[in-house]
Amino acid sequence: MPQNGRYGDFGGQYIPETLMNEIHRLEEAYEYYSNNKEFIEELDRLNREYAGRPSLLYYAEKMTKDLGGAKIYFKREDLNHTGSHKINNVLGQCLLAKKIGKTRIIAETGAGQHGVAAATAAALLGLECEIFMGREDTVRQALNVYRMELLGAKVNAVTSGTMTLKDAVNEAMRDWTTRVDDTLYVLGSVMGPHPFPMIVRDFQSVISREAREQILEREGRLPTAVVACVGGGSNAMGMFYNFIGDKEVRLIGCEAAGRGIDTKETAATVATGTLGVFHGMKSLFCQDEYGQIAPVYSISAGLDYPGIGPEHAYLHETGRAEYVPVTDEEAVKAFEYIARTEGIICAIESAHAVAHVMKLAPELSKENIIICCLSGRGDKDVAAIARYRGIDLHE
Amino acid sequence: MNKIKNAFENKKALVGFLTAGDPTFEASCENVLAMARAGADLIEIGIPFSDPIAEGPVIQAANIRALSKGMTTDRAFELVKRVREVINVPVCFMTYLNPVFKYGYDRFFGRCAEIGIDGLICPDMPFEEKEEAAEVARKYGVSVISLIAPTSENRIKMIAESAEGFLYIVSSMGVTGVRGEIKTDLSAIMESVKRYAKVPAAIGFGISTPEQAKQMAAISDGAIIGSAVVSLVEQYGENAAPKIYEYVKSLADAVHGNT
Repeated sequence: MPQNGRYGDFGGQYIPETLMNEIHRLEEAYEYYSNNKEFIEELDRLNREYAGRPSLLYYAEKMTKDLGGAKIYFKREDLNHTGSHKINNVLGQCLLAKKIGKTRIIAETGAGQHGVAAATAAALLGLECEIFMGREDTVRQALNVYRMELLGAKVNAVTSGTMTLKDAVNEAMRDWTTRVDDTLYVLGSVMGPHPFPMIVRDFQSVISREAREQILEREGRLPTAVVACVGGGSNAMGMFYNFIGDKEVRLIGCEAAGRGIDTKETAATVATGTLGVFHGMKSLFCQDEYGQIAPVYSISAGLDYPGIGPEHAYLHETGRAEYVPVTDEEAVKAFEYIARTEGIICAIESAHAVAHVMKLAPELSKENIIICCLSGRGDKDVAAIARYRGIDLHE
Repeated sequence: MNKIKNAFENKKALVGFLTAGDPTFEASCENVLAMARAGADLIEIGIPFSDPIAEGPVIQAANIRALSKGMTTDRAFELVKRVREVINVPVCFMTYLNPVFKYGYDRFFGRCAEIGIDGLICPDMPFEEKEEAAEVARKYGVSVISLIAPTSENRIKMIAESAEGFLYIVSSMGVTGVRGEIKTDLSAIMESVKRYAKVPAAIGFGISTPEQAKQMAAISDGAIIGSAVVSLVEQYGENAAPKIYEYVKSLADAVHGNT
């Protein structure tokens, strides 16, 4: 539980006054419902019967043999309904929205995974839904735009700033200040003002709650390391959370290095960012010497964000978690490798974590276990990977 | 010596906003001077930020124009230093917390004191987060200005009681920008503000006509205009100063009761 919404010095509530009462009401409501038996049971039922939880913990035997080191397990969040871990969070937040009497939700999206998940949960629970998506991303992910519209959501193409994920967050916050009375902003990651980093972490922590039980049942011991990709950091926070107390378990977050952390075309916040205050939180951000937020780059639209959640910044600062940069090239190679070796087409975001597993596993002896979170499926990325490889393929 | 209270002394105040470096350094100096000569009692100068989440399209565009011409926090200080040679009107910076935080609170407020910047307005720094900057600002005699919104309700007392400089009353929900009509029950909010505040309170967001400004000043201590001035810069580019003079004068006259 964060103290006053802080993880060490990170976090806080740096938002316009217009939103302050609303965010305090949200804190109180969450405090109540997260301890409410009926709410917990209802969410549990949705997770089981609608999202398909628990997700599988899959032993990647071929990869393990091929890499010749630690045993590799994948936590298969890609098999959830809507194809990623994002459903865990949106079911929780949309259910909360219903309970507190909201009739409309808004959400930002980069690649479209959170947008599709939010539109899905809104359709299921009968909430009006508007999605904010950078215009650049609506072009790159046209299929997801139509998918959200099929689900009954209105998609707003954001034309301000760099027209990508951070601008989508800006626009969603602007919208929220005009309509706080009937609207909940369903933030997609462990970021933004308190209580969002805590709420999203709690709803995503189901990943490590299951994974911890599953690995103890299968192997009778804890893993040496858990590995997950990090943009804002929601699947990583979910994958880490229930292992934080197990000091012997290494927690490894894989950041999008883009074309490399020594270039400007990167989104590796821990490797290249500095302390700042943005999007409601004090955390690490890619920015210039004057505090202007940097345009970031990654092949993965879902990791293309200039900041990182405050709890990750704290885990980094205290040394409890490690953060490593993974380039586009390494991620694409991992994307292709896991497809050929295990028959799994994973999201390009998740492929960043797979790439690190490919480096780490051979360095560890066979008694070690690695659990890697496959946060999403890769159907959405196939065309982009083809183009990366010089094949002129468009959806 | 902090000059903010001069703006409200024995009169209603007209507060005018411009983005530093929009569209160029030189032109924005001229525009600030025009605004002061036209009778603005306090001038807010925006340090442009890459992601201004409280701004509507007009001021967002001004931020982009200024940044693309190389405006920085250091250049914004230079701008105020330049206009300070000519005018003595109270000046506040308006920006987001990150540029201030990144510059370093001591360095930032130290320069404010040196150059004669009287206050700082940060729309993403609510009451609960204000102290880390405000305690440093106080050391240098700079006021961190608090905002009160239509949704502040039970928070008004707490914010108003500890307010410094002046209170910025946000007239409407949403972001900055011209509005045809202001629907919030501002009289009720002002009544509550007046009960607790020891500093003057001015109303901003959505004001563009002399009638609106007069109306808002009548129920408070002043009116703040932003997007309406910035849209003149958008329209007239580097030649906006005479238009700004004319426009600000019409509002200042209305607020000061000269019409």
